[in-house]
Amino acid sequence: MDLSFTPEERAFRDELREVFRTEIPDRIRRKLRSGLHPSRDEQVETQQILNARGLAVPHWPVEWGGRDWSPVQIYLYQDELQSASVPYPLPFNCAMVGPVIAEFGSQAQKERYLARCANLDDWWCQGFSEPGAGSDLASLRTRATLVDGAWVINGQKAWTTLGQYADWIFVLARTDAVAKKQEGISFILVDMKTPGITLRPIQTIDGGVEVNEVFFDDVVVPGENLVGQVNKGWDYAKFLLGNERTGIARIGISKARLKRVRELAALEPVGGIRMLDDPRFRERLAQVEIELKALEMTQLRMVAQERGLARGKPNPMSSVLKIKGSELQQATTELMLDVVGPYVAPFFPEAELEGRNEPGIGPEDAATAAPMYFNMRKVSIYGGSNEIQRNILAKAVLGF
Amino acid sequence: MDFDLNDDQRLIKDSVDRLVADRYGFEQRRAVLTSLDGWSREMWTQMAELGLLGVSLDETVGGFGGGPVETMLIAEAFGRGLVVEPYFATVVLGANLIRHAGTPFQRSDYLTQVAQGRLLLAFAHHEREARYDLSNVQTTAHAHGGTWYVDGAKSLVLHGDCADRLVVSARTETGIGLFVVDAGKTTRRGYVTQDGMRAAEIGFDHVEAEAVLTEDGLAVIHQVVDAAIAFLCAEAVGGMAEMHASTVDYLKTRKQFGRVIGEFQVLQHRAVDMLVNLEQARSMALYATMMADEPDGELRGAAISAAKVQVNRSGRAIGQEAIQLHGGIAMTMEYKVGHYFKRMSMIEKLFGDTDSHLARVAAAPSLL
Repeated sequence: MDLSFTPEERAFRDELREVFRTEIPDRIRRKLRSGLHPSRDEQVETQQILNARGLAVPHWPVEWGGRDWSPVQIYLYQDELQSASVPYPLPFNCAMVGPVIAEFGSQAQKERYLARCANLDDWWCQGFSEPGAGSDLASLRTRATLVDGAWVINGQKAWTTLGQYADWIFVLARTDAVAKKQEGISFILVDMKTPGITLRPIQTIDGGVEVNEVFFDDVVVPGENLVGQVNKGWDYAKFLLGNERTGIARIGISKARLKRVRELAALEPVGGIRMLDDPRFRERLAQVEIELKALEMTQLRMVAQERGLARGKPNPMSSVLKIKGSELQQATTELMLDVVGPYVAPFFPEAELEGRNEPGIGPEDAATAAPMYFNMRKVSIYGGSNEIQRNILAKAVLGF
Repeated sequence: MDFDLNDDQRLIKDSVDRLVADRYGFEQRRAVLTSLDGWSREMWTQMAELGLLGVSLDETVGGFGGGPVETMLIAEAFGRGLVVEPYFATVVLGANLIRHAGTPFQRSDYLTQVAQGRLLLAFAHHEREARYDLSNVQTTAHAHGGTWYVDGAKSLVLHGDCADRLVVSARTETGIGLFVVDAGKTTRRGYVTQDGMRAAEIGFDHVEAEAVLTEDGLAVIHQVVDAAIAFLCAEAVGGMAEMHASTVDYLKTRKQFGRVIGEFQVLQHRAVDMLVNLEQARSMALYATMMADEPDGELRGAAISAAKVQVNRSGRAIGQEAIQLHGGIAMTMEYKVGHYFKRMSMIEKLFGDTDSHLARVAAAPSLL
């Protein structure tokens, strides 16, 4: 048992750290560090820099740009990327649709989509959830009917993140109405410019517009846009959701936020001392750091176990990472609220915060503290709510 | 990074696991608890024969030359078995103090005897006023004509009732020293602790002592206590794992309202939350093991304290939930879960509680 990284692993990490901190423009990383979101252009710019260096899709098959890294290397990559406040390669492309096409798509689909997907030449969004199909995703009702060799799609998708930027959407649609609900679903690729698609932005409680409703009204899609076999879409969706086993804990992001909390707490006076020196605040900060350290060790243990697992086969224990990782992400935003104190109140739309000339009100990052706190309530809901994760653990690990 | 055990470590794990499984059944343990000593000399001899007593000692004294990982494996197995022999007092505290601070003669003489199972040690350190402050020592040591004498009172000395020799901390003119005292020359009041272990209040009235260190003992005490906390963390994880497994089994067999209660989602989710707590504690026990040998006292201290905070919190949550989910049966002395709960509750207050360790982490630079 040796719980330290090997010299090779350390060198690997240092090299990535250098790339992330020098090659990705500081203006973008600074924005993320302050709790702002990258614009579409900044997301594309970042991903193309990463992709040019082979760092956008290292976990893909080598043939399509993957690097054949060990689980430890993938871990270090995720951790360094997140810790450096680099926008993560777009998950819909890199963690979701790309791996599905690489695994189940036809040769023609791979050639047509994968390189563009890795380089973010095409921006993908996810058409899974529906108003009536959230945690119970398999009850989805959007229909795709084969008419003269083409799919005709009707229905409504919900919670489509960044759909407003998307060129393409990957859709789960019901293709057999009588089969058992998991066995009548297909996975179809749809060009967002297709007539009959309308998008309605939904403002979330942080004031931002991150998610959308997408309506499909007799949308005609070429038959060749079906991925894999008809009615096997649920298997591909499970593969997709199980693909990101360990990155889900977002430990690097929480580490970066805690670092920011410390920096700002060192600048805030409270009762004649720095907030960072206030024992009660300091102990709450320490408590979150302890749990994050524990989660980091938990993640490393699972990374080590992963060597023995088949690719695409989810490790049910990764649900522990999702539960605890989301709680800690949320806890870091609570600490930030505490640091900013009464200056959580002034509200400015995010668009106004970028490049504004007049100084902000209150401490640095005050304007993003509350929106970040509000926004992060989502992390225990999305990607399989924490209650669903508990169901998974109860069934798959505890054998209930 | 590698979480696998090497061949030697697997061998130790197998033998200690087998010892606990074969010899530490609930009824066997219960019989041992009611004996005069409250633990089994026969078991102690077996531990010596298996090499467990010398696992972290040099080969020159008959030890195995192992490190914190080997010790962790033993601790976890002892936690699962609720082992009551004076391993923590003799090996983890006493022998380690002598290993780190003793003269070459003391090391070879005492440690050889410890490894063979012929010498029981205890660490007489805690005093009534000290709470969790390791530097609060009022017992004194003075030299007269080349001989040291100790005066004072020590409290909550784990297995101090049966120890042959005591390693005593005492204030000298130049600092805190460590001394070895023949336990027979002290006045001892032994008692049973809540978790079935033994301890003693010990009085020193001008007791002749052999010097280990006459000053700078505090650094060694911190080092040994930090390693001892790593041991307790691993022991606690063993106990938590048993409580969790027992709870899950119980939920799958206990029937009420015409079905096994494990079908109720509310109970399933609580069992899952116990699992999350267990995994987090296990991770920090590993972290403590990894840091137990760290020479930089500040780094080591923060890491060990962080582990103790997590283990205390997880242990309390798992223990209370284990009792609640079992229901009334877990309130009885004849059921095992309550005994784990009691041991965990005592570990919580041993060498620092949650608040004191949290304060230590908070005062240190960031862990991350």
